[in-house]
Amino acid sequence: MFDFSYTVWIVLIPFFVFVFLGFWGNRFKPVVSGIIGTSGLFLSWILSIFTAYQYFFVVAKPGEVFQQIIGYNTLWLRLTDKLHIDMGVLLDPISVMMLIVVTTVSFMVHLYSVGYMKGEKGFERFFSILSLFTFAMLGLVVATNIFQMYIFWELVGVSSYLLIGFYYTRDTAVAASKKAFIVTRFADLGFLIGILLLSYFTGTFDFITLTSPTGPAIATPPAVTFLGLSVLTWSMIFIFMGGAGKSAMFPLHIWLPDAMEGPTPVSALIHAATMVVAGVYLVARLFPIYVTVPPALEVVAWVGAFSSLFAAVIACTQYDIKRVLAYSTMSQIGYMMLALGVSGMGGHDGLGYMASMFHLFTHAFFKALLFLCAGAIIHAVHSNYMYEMGGLRKHLPVTHITFLTACLAIAGIPPFAGFFSKDEILVAAFHHNTALFTMEYIVAGLTAFYMFRLYYVIFWGEERTYHHTPHEAPKVMTIPLIFLALGSIFTGFIPFSRLVTSDRQPFGIETEWIVAIPSILIALVGIGIATVMYRKKTALPRKFASALKGFYQTTYNKFYVDELYLFIARRIIFNYISRPIAWFDRHIVDGSMNGISYVTNQASERIRGFQSGQLQQYALVFVSGAVILALLFIYLWT
Amino acid sequence: MSWFLILSSVMFFIGVYGFLIRKNLITMLMSIELVLNSVCINFVAFNKILYPDHMEGMFFTIFIIAVAAAEASVAIAIIINIYRRIVNIDVEKMNEMKY
Repeated sequence: MFDFSYTVWIVLIPFFVFVFLGFWGNRFKPVVSGIIGTSGLFLSWILSIFTAYQYFFVVAKPGEVFQQIIGYNTLWLRLTDKLHIDMGVLLDPISVMMLIVVTTVSFMVHLYSVGYMKGEKGFERFFSILSLFTFAMLGLVVATNIFQMYIFWELVGVSSYLLIGFYYTRDTAVAASKKAFIVTRFADLGFLIGILLLSYFTGTFDFITLTSPTGPAIATPPAVTFLGLSVLTWSMIFIFMGGAGKSAMFPLHIWLPDAMEGPTPVSALIHAATMVVAGVYLVARLFPIYVTVPPALEVVAWVGAFSSLFAAVIACTQYDIKRVLAYSTMSQIGYMMLALGVSGMGGHDGLGYMASMFHLFTHAFFKALLFLCAGAIIHAVHSNYMYEMGGLRKHLPVTHITFLTACLAIAGIPPFAGFFSKDEILVAAFHHNTALFTMEYIVAGLTAFYMFRLYYVIFWGEERTYHHTPHEAPKVMTIPLIFLALGSIFTGFIPFSRLVTSDRQPFGIETEWIVAIPSILIALVGIGIATVMYRKKTALPRKFASALKGFYQTTYNKFYVDELYLFIARRIIFNYISRPIAWFDRHIVDGSMNGISYVTNQASERIRGFQSGQLQQYALVFVSGAVILALLFIYLWT
Repeated sequence: MSWFLILSSVMFFIGVYGFLIRKNLITMLMSIELVLNSVCINFVAFNKILYPDHMEGMFFTIFIIAVAAAEASVAIAIIINIYRRIVNIDVEKMNEMKY
C-alpha cells in the first residue's frame, strides 16, 4: 500500500504560510509576501496533483472500487474512551477531487492577486488570510470525521468574514461581512444540531463508520421518530440547513450577493469556486445516509431547484457585474444540490451524484475564471456597473476571449466543460422528476441569456468615456485567466463516471441526445435573445422592462427577500421576542444584581466610620479584644 | 517566681498603656520596647524554672533583642520621614489613611 501520510502537508503548508505572513509579513516588501503565499500554495498544488495521480491511477486497480484511505490520523481531543475527536486526512474520490479544485483555484487566485492587489494597503494581511482560508478549506475537504469538518467549516466562515471585510474602512464592506457571518452562523446552528442528533444516536463521528452500509446509521437506524419523520431524517435536514447556509441556498442566500464587497479574487476563490460548494460537498460526503432517508433528499432537491431558478431570474436584471455572477453562482450550486437530490445509490442510479461532483469540478474552473475576468475588467475601468462599460473587446483582448470561453462553458455549449456536467444533471433530473427537470431546463436558458447579456454589454456595445484608456491586465493576472480558460474547455472530457461515483465503483455513461439536444437549443435561444437585445444598443431591453414593470421591479429588488428578513427581524423578532427578553434582563436579572450591590453599599456606608485613621483607636480595639479573649479563655479553663 | 511574673506583667501593661495614651511617636515606640522586654523576662523566667538544663528560652530572648533593635531602627527611620513631611510626630495628625 502506498503511504499517503505526506498528504497532511497539503493542508499544513498554507497554515504555516498564514502564521508566517500573519506575524512577520509586514517586515518584507509587499510583493515578497505575495510570492511567499503563492509559492506555498504552489507546493500544495503540486502535492495535490501528485496525490490525485497516485490515488486514481497507481493505487487503484482499473475497474475496481476505490478504497477510502486514511492518509493520516491523530487523536486531537480525547474526552472519554468512546468519545474522542480525531484530526486526519481521509482520501476518497470526492476529497481527492476537492483537493485538486481547492488548490488549483487557490493557486490561480494567489497568483492573480499578486497583480490585482498591487499597491493595496494590507497586502500581506490579504495573503495571510487567503492562506488561512485555503488551510481551512483543505482541512474541511479531507476531514475524517464530522466534528473535524465542523471545526474547519467555522474556520472557513471566519476567514470568509475577514476577507469580505478586507476594506474595513468601507461601511458597506463591514456590513456585508457581518451579514455573511451572522447568516452562515445561524445556518451552522442547524448543522450543529444535526451533528449532535446524528452522533448521539449512532455513537460515532467518523465518516467511514457513518457511511458504511453496515454502519450504525444505515444498517441499524435509530427507531426514534419526531413529527412523523425519523430522527435520522431530522438530523439530515438540519445538517442540510448548515450546508444550505454555506452554499447560499434559498432562503439563506441573502449574504452571498453582499459578500461581493470583498476584493474580486476573494469572490473568485471563496464565493464562487470553493467555500460555497462546501454545502454540496457536505451532502455528498453524507450521501449514503441521505439515500436512506428520502424526505431529506427531497428537501435537498427542491431547495436546490428552487434556488437555481430564483437566482437565475434575479441575475437577469442586476447591473453590478459581480452581483450577476454571485446570483449565477447560487443558481449553479442549486443545480448541484438538485443533482444530489435526485440521485440514487450505486451504479447508474448514482448518476446525479456523479453529475453533481462533475458540475462542481467544472463550475469551479469557469466561475473562478468569470470572477477573475470581472476583476480584470474592474481593474481596467474602475467600476462594477455594466452600463458604465462597453466596447472593451479591443482594449482587453485576453480577458475578452477568456470571458467568452467561460460564458460558453456556463451556458452549456459543447465542447466546453459546462455542457458535459450540466447535461448529466439534466439527464439525472429527467429520469427522476419531470417538474424538476422542467425548472432546470428553463434555468439553462436563463443562464445562457444573462451570461451573454453581461458579455455583450461589457465587450460590445458602444464605448464609454473612461477615466483613462482601459488597458490589459499584467501577465501575472492574464496567466491564471488563460490557465482557467483551458480548464473550462478541457475538464469536460475527464471521464468522471470512471473516477467519482456514489459507491466509488466506476460505471459507463453515454450522452443522451434526447436531453442534450434540447438543452443545447435552449442555450442557443438564450444566447440569441441576448444577442438581439444587447449586441447593439437598442430600445428593446427598456421596452421589455416597462412591459413587465411590476415583475421587473420585483426581480430587480431580488424579490424583496432582504426586506422580508428585515421585516421579520425588526418587527417580529425585535418587538415580540427581543424586547421582553431585554426587559427581563434589565429589570429582573440586572435588578437583582443591582439590589445586592445597593444593600452592600448601604451597609458599608453605615460602618465606614470605624475606619477613622486614628492609630491608637485601632490599637485600643485590638487590645480590648485581646483582653476579652484572654478573660474568656481563663473563664472557660477554670 | 511570682515576682518575675509580677514584674513582667507590670511592664507589659505599662507598655500597653503608654502605647494607647501617649501621642508622641517616639514614646509609643519606647512603650513597644517595654512590652517586648516584659516578654523577654517571661521567657527567661520560665526557662529557668521549668527546664533548668536547657537554654532555648535564653536564645529566644537574644533573638528578640536583636529583632527589636532592627525594628526600632526601621521605626525611627519611618518616623524621621514622617517628620520631614509634616514637621510633626504627633500620632493624631497622621490620619490620612481613613475612609
